[in-house]
Amino acid sequence: MKKQITVTVNGEQHTVEVETRTLLVHTIREQLRLTGTHIGCDTSSCGACTVLLDGKSIKSCTVLSIQADGKEISTVEGLAKDGLHPLQEGFKENHGLHCGFCTPGMLMRAVELLEKNPNPTEEEIRWGISGNLCRCTGYNNIVKAIQYAGAKMRGEETPSTEPEFV
Amino acid sequence: MIPAPFDYAAPATLAEAFSLLEQHGDEAKILAGGHSLIPMMKLRFASPEFLVDINNIPGLSHIKEENGYLKIGALTRETELDESEVIRSKYPIFTDASKLIADPQVRNMGTVGGNIAHGDAANDHPAVMLALRAEVDISSSEGTRSVPIDEFFYGFYMTAVQPHEILTEIRIPIPNGKTGNAYHKLERKVGDYATAGVAVQITIDDAGVCTYIGIGLTNVNPVPLRAVRSEEVLLGQKVTDELIKEAAKYASEDCNPSEDLRGDEAYKRSMVNVLVKRIIHKALERAHA
Amino acid sequence: MIRCKTSKEISGMGHSMKRKEDDRFLQGKGNYVDDIQLPGMLHMDIVRSPYAYAKIKSINTEAALAVPGVIAVVTGKDLEQYNLHWMPTLMSDTQMVLPTDTVMYQSQEVAAVIATDRYAARDGREAVMVEYEPMKAVVDPYKALEPDAPVLRSDKEGKTDNHIWHWEVGDKDATEKLFNEADVVVKEQMHIPRIHVSSIETCGCVADYDKVENHLTMYMTTQAPHAIRTVIALVAGHVGLTEEKVRVISPDIGGGFGGKVPVYPGYVIAIAVSFLVGKPVKWVEDRSENLQADSFARDYHITAEMAGTKEGKILGTRFKILADHGYTDAAANPSKFPTGLFSIGTGSYDYGTAYMEADAVYTNKPPGGVAYRCSFRVTEAVHAIERITDRFAMEVGKDPAQLRMENFIKKEDFPWKSPTGWEYDSGDYHAGLKLAMDTVEYDKLRVEQAEKRKNGELMGIGISTFTEIVGAGPSKDFDILGIKMFDSAEIRVHPTGKAIARFGTKSQGQGHETTYAQIIAEELGIPAAHIQIEEGDTDTAPYGLGTYASRSTPTAGAAAAVAARKLRDKAKKIAAYLLEVSEEDLEWEPGKFFVKGAPEKVKTIQELVFAAYTNHPQGMEAGFEATHYYDPPNLTFPSGAYICVVDIDKETFEIKVRRFVAIDDCGNIINPMIVQGQVHGGLTQGLAPAMYEELIYDEDGNILNGTLMDYLVPTAVESPSWETGHTVTPSPHHPIGAKGVGESPTVGAPPAIANAIVDALSPYGITHMDIPITPYKIWKTLKAKGVIE
Ligand SMILES: Cc1cc2nc3c(=O)[nH]c(=O)nc-3n(C[C@H](O)[C@H](O)[C@H](O)COP(=O)(O)OP(=O)(O)OC[C@H]3O[C@@H](n4cnc5c(N)ncnc54)[C@H](O)[C@@H]3O)c2cc1C
Ligand code: FES
Ligand code: FES
Repeated sequence: MKKQITVTVNGEQHTVEVETRTLLVHTIREQLRLTGTHIGCDTSSCGACTVLLDGKSIKSCTVLSIQADGKEISTVEGLAKDGLHPLQEGFKENHGLHCGFCTPGMLMRAVELLEKNPNPTEEEIRWGISGNLCRCTGYNNIVKAIQYAGAKMRGEETPSTEPEFV
Repeated sequence: MIPAPFDYAAPATLAEAFSLLEQHGDEAKILAGGHSLIPMMKLRFASPEFLVDINNIPGLSHIKEENGYLKIGALTRETELDESEVIRSKYPIFTDASKLIADPQVRNMGTVGGNIAHGDAANDHPAVMLALRAEVDISSSEGTRSVPIDEFFYGFYMTAVQPHEILTEIRIPIPNGKTGNAYHKLERKVGDYATAGVAVQITIDDAGVCTYIGIGLTNVNPVPLRAVRSEEVLLGQKVTDELIKEAAKYASEDCNPSEDLRGDEAYKRSMVNVLVKRIIHKALERAHA
Repeated sequence: MIRCKTSKEISGMGHSMKRKEDDRFLQGKGNYVDDIQLPGMLHMDIVRSPYAYAKIKSINTEAALAVPGVIAVVTGKDLEQYNLHWMPTLMSDTQMVLPTDTVMYQSQEVAAVIATDRYAARDGREAVMVEYEPMKAVVDPYKALEPDAPVLRSDKEGKTDNHIWHWEVGDKDATEKLFNEADVVVKEQMHIPRIHVSSIETCGCVADYDKVENHLTMYMTTQAPHAIRTVIALVAGHVGLTEEKVRVISPDIGGGFGGKVPVYPGYVIAIAVSFLVGKPVKWVEDRSENLQADSFARDYHITAEMAGTKEGKILGTRFKILADHGYTDAAANPSKFPTGLFSIGTGSYDYGTAYMEADAVYTNKPPGGVAYRCSFRVTEAVHAIERITDRFAMEVGKDPAQLRMENFIKKEDFPWKSPTGWEYDSGDYHAGLKLAMDTVEYDKLRVEQAEKRKNGELMGIGISTFTEIVGAGPSKDFDILGIKMFDSAEIRVHPTGKAIARFGTKSQGQGHETTYAQIIAEELGIPAAHIQIEEGDTDTAPYGLGTYASRSTPTAGAAAAVAARKLRDKAKKIAAYLLEVSEEDLEWEPGKFFVKGAPEKVKTIQELVFAAYTNHPQGMEAGFEATHYYDPPNLTFPSGAYICVVDIDKETFEIKVRRFVAIDDCGNIINPMIVQGQVHGGLTQGLAPAMYEELIYDEDGNILNGTLMDYLVPTAVESPSWETGHTVTPSPHHPIGAKGVGESPTVGAPPAIANAIVDALSPYGITHMDIPITPYKIWKTLKAKGVIE
């Protein structure tokens, strides 16, 4: 069963034909060719597919494309405006990524996290990204990266990015 | 993982939705947050032929106190519950629960109505609703009926909601007096379904006598369970550590957990025992606060 | 602080240079295998067995072929026509590509459905009807060795049991004698369970065969592209795919950790189909397929024993292993090392007597063995030695830190010959443990613990002081399928002094694009920012055995340094020529040669490179390029001292890791930021098997937790805030003194955590618990002991 949907992705409007069962992540990756959004599981567990749907972070592997009809989607490709987004900068400065596979999902999740809680504690960040699995980094530096971005977005001085090696 | 094909409509009114449901009968499924249904469809454990997406129907999403009730619209998202002022200040049990339900992204989609309509004893809201003695409004083209939560859960994935009906609102009597409530579950890691979960609401008078007690249990029974004997031990009594222990023991005896990767039956009973004690204490603390 | 020889602008070794690869990953411009979309590309999905052991009676593809979009269904019988239904494993065993008659584990590949898009392929998969005749599966490796167990590999002529191989090392008789005579002998039975690496990107490929050119381009998630090309040529050379006709491209990889070393049947089927239909074929597995069928790690049953004196002097160890390999031995080990480098298991302690033996068996489970960031079975070895050392300390009544301090090999005793035949290159174990103890404030913690115990509170402190062994390996001993385990680097410096360097390894997140550039910058003084690194394309990169087992820095990193030094020698000749002095009169400072005593007479490396193209001495070869294939003289032996503090709820037995201090010694450090990041990541992958992860099978061989709902990969909430530090004991034989670090934490963390938990529970008389240690397992153990009702 095919249907036409219209979505605004990173500010650009697209009309595409999808099957009713087409998962949003597949439309984003395969029809719109925005392959920054990844797939890491089949049980809505890993968060690699996280995008913003009308500003809210969601797992695009568990949303039908037709559910997004008429809505706005933001993906990692739309984050950098004039240079890197503070979160992207935070991840780079604090080594918040290794293989980079979880990173787009982490970033998009963190966008909403900081929007709702501009100055989160470490505990709040850890719970806030608990729907995103990273197998490489051990999370320490992701937490630091989000704290860094928070400071930057609040207009405060950013914390040191030196590794805390004894 | 990809669902089998199906047909789909997103009606803009309840009336349209009812007519679609009547038309498709058993073959149709309601799509709310989709975070129980779509995962099952992806695994092809569920293959409905028709989806009625109720997300475009206005009037199903609200949190308000009115006429002695806290009213929660069926389409209210977990996140909305979590962020609501009235919930945070007066019903911390929901904040306790929603923090432990899945993860932030799932909570942005998952609805309170869907959480109980799914009829899964592993979900967290059923126990909470049992502890709070919620009433559930179920609507169809024939009108709206109200079902007490005690009569809502029929069996595994089965509830009072019939194929032609839609759960529209959950109503919770506004507690009075010194009331506290709390929820906690043991989980293997964050976001997991409960190994065992306990919801408690308690009201005490100035003499410390319990005038209301609700205790609901998560994932330790084929259907969400109210720990009736435990409640009886406390109701009308001055609450003591001894009585709380007895209540906890009854709850651990009256549930009927099944063995799975989370633990065997004896372990789960033992954890119910520990949790009931702890959560009653926590609810009491809040009642006193 | 780490001292750097180069300026920040050059960013040689020791600088925390920000990673060059990050910009593309951060902006969604990484290029992973599933991102590749080629014109006319077909999609493949795989039908898998619901049974662990069954005869295939029939496969009916009719309904599947009727699904719109499905164009073919491939079975074992189809592949048999081309003799492609079996393939060799990296351990010279054999593995089915697709079965012709019998399935050997649940989720084994049974047939492949090819369709025009992935949805149709999945629908086709659902429609393939397979009739099975289930047989009684062999799941328990001990039962597999019983005389009446069914012989699983009846395909092998003359096979009469399920035994694969026996291995041993050390002096059996001397060990036996020692154990008979020693004052104190402790013994524990341990299971290091089967786990799965579950990198967030699963495995997949796009096989693109061009009929006209008779050329295959294989994009795949592989950590060892060159080895894969050779294997493809060996397996499919007979149908025309000889090595020059095969190009393997390993694009960006979303985590590997060993899971992307083996050749999985899906890759081979994709190649076969592309070869037959002449179109690109994409196969990307689901997470559940990945968990249920791809290479596992561990599954060692170990009887560990230690002998010593009453005063706490370790005298000897004995380990007996039963290794469950699943239905074929497909562990990606160096060929001569069936137990990998398990023989490092005598640990960081000074004693001379040890014996280890292992037997491997077939069971009805998927094959694999070493894929979990684990340096070839070092994790199992370290777990055994570090647990049994704690057990020994408990037995003789000594503090485990004290006991370790007293038994460590001394700094001055390196190089040190281990009783199992290794020569440890260097180490300073006392310094590492001391730093860890100071950082965590060990003595204070023991006081706190004693207080808490009085109130019945459960607090534990666990130590692990491990020796790793990485950088496989010297060619006299180390090969995979006969190919020696060297690795390579090729550096080409352009006339303007900017460079490109290519390697036989393949980063999966380790940051090679940055660290290799830093090594070259260190040697040549060309800013790392101006050195482009390429890996993963067999058409352009020099041959190498790939990235796993922490071998990239020890091998390819060394190759880069040596190749760069060749270029520096050349630069020196050019400088002498240009400055009209002899080479002996020149002095090097990062980035330039100058005349001794006359620093104003100087040529920068950029000027010298330019001269190599424009004004080189007569008789000298023009250009500025060098290649090196590095064959390590020995392995390197990183070490670490880890201390873990846990608090356990005395009713629910929930375990909280309160603190975890990890002091690593990986020799000279190339990039502290990256080393620290590797340690963090490895620690979380050490936490995982210690407390959360295990692949669980029932007695019929059904996997009980084949999805991420039940296979419990830790989130940021479970993972504690790691505290890291380091000591530096350079490797004396390595060109830049580095040792490799990627896997140390995964190896060292589990016993530290297990030791902490056992320590917390020791008042109840607990001496050992198998990992993963969960609240439920503690409850069961205490219940069995009668501690709780
Ligand atoms: C990874 C993951 C982890 C999770 N962990 C937890 C957890 O720890 N605890 C927990 O409680 N839940 C958990 N969930 C489930 C999640 O909370 C779901 O969102 C919730 O159970 C269902 O709500 P929904 O709105 O998504 O319902 P849907 O999936 O849309 O629907 C669920 C069922 O209810 C029916 N239904 C929905 N709304 C109505 C209605 N208004 N009237 C009649 N029928 C209706 C549907 O037809 C369907 O049968 C998890 C989900 C995921 C994906
Ligand atoms: S792919 Fe969406 S949660 Fe894993
Ligand atoms: S960086 Fe590899 S999964 Fe997070």
